[in-house]
Amino acid sequence: MKRNLLTFLGGALFGAGLAISGMTDPLKVTAFLDIFGFWDPTLAFVMGGALMVTAPCYRLLRTPCSLPRDSGDPISKPLIIGAILFGIGWGLGGFCPGPAIANLGGLRTEALVFVPAMAVGMIIVQRLYKLDA
Amino acid sequence: MDPSYVNGLFGGVLIGAGTLLTMVANGKVPGISGVFGRLLRPSSNETGWRFVFLAGLIAGAAVLFRVYEPASVFRVPDGRNLAVYAIAGLIVGFGTRLGGGCTSGHGICGISMGARDSMIATAVFMVAGMATVYVFRTLITG
Repeated sequence: MKRNLLTFLGGALFGAGLAISGMTDPLKVTAFLDIFGFWDPTLAFVMGGALMVTAPCYRLLRTPCSLPRDSGDPISKPLIIGAILFGIGWGLGGFCPGPAIANLGGLRTEALVFVPAMAVGMIIVQRLYKLDA
Repeated sequence: MDPSYVNGLFGGVLIGAGTLLTMVANGKVPGISGVFGRLLRPSSNETGWRFVFLAGLIAGAAVLFRVYEPASVFRVPDGRNLAVYAIAGLIVGFGTRLGGGCTSGHGICGISMGARDSMIATAVFMVAGMATVYVFRTLITG
């Protein structure tokens, strides 16, 4: 119960942060990516603010993580191809997964179309790469 | 400093705090694409906290949309109709699960931990996003 409460609060802080920072506004996100147009650097401040909190704490907590660490392995093709595809989709809609899901809370039509399509894309990869286990 | 930069920095701090709190409570790194993707698996172990986290995320944003006027700003960039959003969603879902993370998982959690792969992925998706915005703008303005 306490764990669920903390997790809900964690999610709520995350969602509130996305909304306050303007990252739930697709135009603000594409404006960050528009370095040859009217560039809006706000997203860099958002990432900076988040890293200011998480970077020192991760070092202190030393929590085991499931993300790939520096294993010395060569850079994998799926990592690069996945990041390229994600970047293309991000630039098209101005939505990455967090802000798209947060916008469900505003019942935005774009989010109501984007999120189910994103679920389909994820399910395809999870089937192909047997990440379903 | 431009007020939107201050809001960005403050919002970022909240995002970082929410990430840490969720990680401490569950011992798992809450990258959004990983949390959402794992909820979609047929074998549903450990779905509880992921569902609660995303419910909190939607609720937190929904409250801010109502109580803080600047947060409710929602502008669709030029030339993006719902078909573009459907295609974008499909590509984002595919790409984030293939690449093992999104802006939060690689960009915030991974970089915080000094993970090489996350730094590379973040640089790649930023450049790909910038190129896409440039090409899209060029195509629609001719």
